[in-house]
Amino acid sequence: MELLGLYHYWVFAVLLMIGFYAVIAKPNLIKKLIGLSIFQSAVFLLYITMGKVDGGTAPILQAGIESPVFSNPLPQVLILTAIVVGISTTALGLGIVIRIKEEYGSIDEHDIQEVDRR
Amino acid sequence: MIVLFGVFLLTLMVITALAIVRTQHLFVAVILTGIFSLLMAANFFLLDAADVALTEAAIGAGISTVLFLGALALTGEHERVSSSNRLLALSVVAVTTLIVIYATFDKPHFGDPLAPVHQHVAPWYLERTPEVIDIPNVVTAVLASFRGYDTLGEVFVVFTAGIGVLFLFGARPRRKSGSPGIKVAEPGQGLRHYLIPRVVGRLLIPFILLFGLYVQFHGDYGPGGGFQAGAIVAAAFILYALLEGEAQALRVLPQRLLTGLIAGGALLYGAVGVAGMLLGGNFLDYSVLAADPITGQHIGILLIEAGVGIAVTGVLLSVFHAFAGRRRR
Amino acid sequence: MLLDIASWALLSIGGIFVFIGGVGALRMPNLYTRIHAASLTDTMGAVLIIVGIMLQAGVSLAAVKLAAILLFLLLTSPTASNALASAALLAGLRPGDTVATHEEQSE
Repeated sequence: MELLGLYHYWVFAVLLMIGFYAVIAKPNLIKKLIGLSIFQSAVFLLYITMGKVDGGTAPILQAGIESPVFSNPLPQVLILTAIVVGISTTALGLGIVIRIKEEYGSIDEHDIQEVDRR
Repeated sequence: MIVLFGVFLLTLMVITALAIVRTQHLFVAVILTGIFSLLMAANFFLLDAADVALTEAAIGAGISTVLFLGALALTGEHERVSSSNRLLALSVVAVTTLIVIYATFDKPHFGDPLAPVHQHVAPWYLERTPEVIDIPNVVTAVLASFRGYDTLGEVFVVFTAGIGVLFLFGARPRRKSGSPGIKVAEPGQGLRHYLIPRVVGRLLIPFILLFGLYVQFHGDYGPGGGFQAGAIVAAAFILYALLEGEAQALRVLPQRLLTGLIAGGALLYGAVGVAGMLLGGNFLDYSVLAADPITGQHIGILLIEAGVGIAVTGVLLSVFHAFAGRRRR
Repeated sequence: MLLDIASWALLSIGGIFVFIGGVGALRMPNLYTRIHAASLTDTMGAVLIIVGIMLQAGVSLAAVKLAAILLFLLLTSPTASNALASAALLAGLRPGDTVATHEEQSE
């Protein structure tokens, strides 16, 4: 049973590193942005997993239920903020990539460095 | 039993992430990212995070896919294989994975109610919400009232991203002669088939807008709130732009109005905070907004969620129009 | 009790339909047959699963919401398949091509 709980954290570690690998090893800029968004999603998974309480429900108070057990609302608030910040950065990043394509003619990292070296 | 579902979804997520990194066709990678976000949303729901699941589904699986596809149309779909230095990256990644997995053995048991994260502030929020704010959804209460500063910062981040994209795309692209980047269909094929999406889309757009308003105002009582509503309303207008064309969509909601929405949403939030100060309380103190502190809290939360929804709608639509209206070369 | 059995039966049959759709999407030779396999069975599976859950919800607000979701899915899922197929037609994929001939063409 404990192993099933630990599985969540292992998947977090694997997803984190898959996203990180896409950021460092892939030369295409859009692939890097996609990898970054996978990285962010893995972090969200970690926080929400930490917030779960055994036998709890979503933290919505309902009249008429005696002594309910709620999952922790605080990580959920933080991750709500983080998701929106993530999409904002992705949108701005995509805007920068489009402009790079227009100025340099390519979104491959090596081509861009070639052009800059000249 | 539920944990088995969770394990299945997590395994699917790992497989999807591996496929995203390995594929060379970027269109496939973007669609797989949408699937990944949807799986993540289902997983959040299993972990009792209903608000977060709704936000991830609306923003991650919905808007993010559209923005990536809009960018892909302008940049190009294929990725060249990189030949250098993959061994170093792989070894760094493998070692770090093992270190993080080693670290996870120290974590408290999954779901342990005595874990440190469930002490201190969280029980305080759960206790004080019925007394101070009196709305059923504790997540909205914490987001909008107890942690109002964080949400103010978040609205400003969204605002900054919006004006950043508008600045970047204000410049006109330099004219370059060359072939058009899109494949043109043979004449007589294709355009006739667009009747069904148009009819169904026009049927659905009012209901999507209605649902967006419902999610906006229902955030006090169930999962919902400004961010999700902003994304859903933006999705309705993006659907309209896809069906009727960019020019028509810009006639319905001109760019000036969108810029006004971006600024207006952030301004509304800040104005509620300053109004709190002018009426004698602290910045973002809602209890002084009405005679009864609880009513004041309700009014404050309503106004700032409206501000958040307006700002998010404006930014997402502006970014979409910036990407979609750019001439392809 | 009878309600539970009916619910179980509907949910399982819905799951089997979706699974068949998945197998079809993998094994069919080209895009059009794959769309045909996946969209028909998916819509049917979704209908069965949602009706199964509605039986569990009884007569309540949740059942009305589920009916609304069902209506929305019935409208949008076939439209999406239609849009996908016409996009493929617009991109030049002809219905007789298998995956192998399409790869030959793009080289």
